[in-house]
Amino acid sequence: MRVHADREICVGAGNCVFAAPEVFDQNDDGTVELLDPRPAAEHHDNVRDAVARCPSGAISLPEPG
Amino acid sequence: MSRTPPVPLHMQRTPFDPITDLARLRTEAPVSLAEAPMGPVRFPAWLVTRYDDVREVLGDAIRFSNSGQAVRAHVAAAVDEETAARLPLAAQGSLIGYDPPDHTRLRRMLTPKFTVKRMRRLQPRIEAIVTEHLDVMQDNGGPVDLVQAFALPVPSLVICELLGVPYADRADFQRRSNAQLDLSQSLEDRRAVFEESRAYMAELVRRQRSDPGDDLLGALVREHGDELPDEELIGLGGLLLLAGHETTANMLALGALLLLRHPDQLALLRDDPGIVDQAVEELMRYLTIVHSGVIRTATQDVTIGGKPIKAGDAIVCSLPSANRDQALADEPDVLDLTRKPTSHVAFGHGIHHCLGAPLARMEMRIAYPALLRRFPALRLAVPFEEVPFRTYSAVYGVRSLPVAW
Repeated sequence: MRVHADREICVGAGNCVFAAPEVFDQNDDGTVELLDPRPAAEHHDNVRDAVARCPSGAISLPEPG
Repeated sequence: MSRTPPVPLHMQRTPFDPITDLARLRTEAPVSLAEAPMGPVRFPAWLVTRYDDVREVLGDAIRFSNSGQAVRAHVAAAVDEETAARLPLAAQGSLIGYDPPDHTRLRRMLTPKFTVKRMRRLQPRIEAIVTEHLDVMQDNGGPVDLVQAFALPVPSLVICELLGVPYADRADFQRRSNAQLDLSQSLEDRRAVFEESRAYMAELVRRQRSDPGDDLLGALVREHGDELPDEELIGLGGLLLLAGHETTANMLALGALLLLRHPDQLALLRDDPGIVDQAVEELMRYLTIVHSGVIRTATQDVTIGGKPIKAGDAIVCSLPSANRDQALADEPDVLDLTRKPTSHVAFGHGIHHCLGAPLARMEMRIAYPALLRRFPALRLAVPFEEVPFRTYSAVYGVRSLPVAW
């Protein structure tokens, strides 16, 4: 799984930090900070959850999986 | 003499659930014409009830504007141009009435102030505020009105300290917030309370300009004072103050009432600290106290849920209906505090997603368990039928909640 995060689109809602704190944090400006662009399998469910809960479409999974 | 206009379809509840008519629409006519309110004026708006369609509308700020243009046009037609022009919609600095790129510019100034990390730093202070209010309740004994003793003062004090608003002014700003959200108010009364609120915030902004505090308003003055005109700072401050206490207050009180009606779920939240995060998400999904958020205006001809919508049409997204859609969750009408968190739209969706969501979540995850653990025998002090609901408010909830223990 490869994760993409776009700080230009991000609105800083913080939903990804709740859904997958191992993979997402927020920068000082409040936008998404990708901690791990290739998260281990154990985090995949949480990452998918984070993508679904992202209000702005700032995080995505460019490859299927 | 009181005139009570009919409650628009998307605001009707029984009393926790969106009415069954909405569920029927979701299946049979997911995008349909309904009536939306602006004071006594009723005008046609497309009512969007399905989860996927609601996400599509809220997620597209280009085709669906927050500027209130459709509402203004309908009020101009029903009343007159001047009244429409004076509607407190899309006021300067009021982020929820802005479209990009102005919205982007203002939101960027605020997102650093509401990060999850920053809100976690407030945790000890919020815990202390919650404890103080529970102590007073316990010392005074029941029955008490949980709204006045707990649900309203806790988030009010938190947002006052965060923003830099004197807590001593709470009776006045709570009254104004309540009136601003009341959709049965006349257009004149809406305008008057709006101007009163702006005058109050203008004075706070004037003081912050001359001596910026170490609070959020002070930080905005220090960091963005040159690029933020007073009018925008006033609008921003007013919105943050209102949104910062009304929403959480209503979730706390209505949530407490819902839990009292579901003793098994109440016991789960009281006795298992491990479920608090998902419990808060489920309470948010199930209750969805914001009926629709800002009415959108289509900026071009579009098709939603198979319905052609014309540029300039008004669109109401039913958030409670979307959150009871099977496309979001299995058995969506069941309250299950152990449910895996859903991608609900109770905080909205798209660029206007609640800025204060991390704060609201923090307040709720502290306040519910603390209340239930302090008073394990918490109960309603009046028959359920006598609990008054906020029928005409843009933010649903209870007006009072007498409890004992």
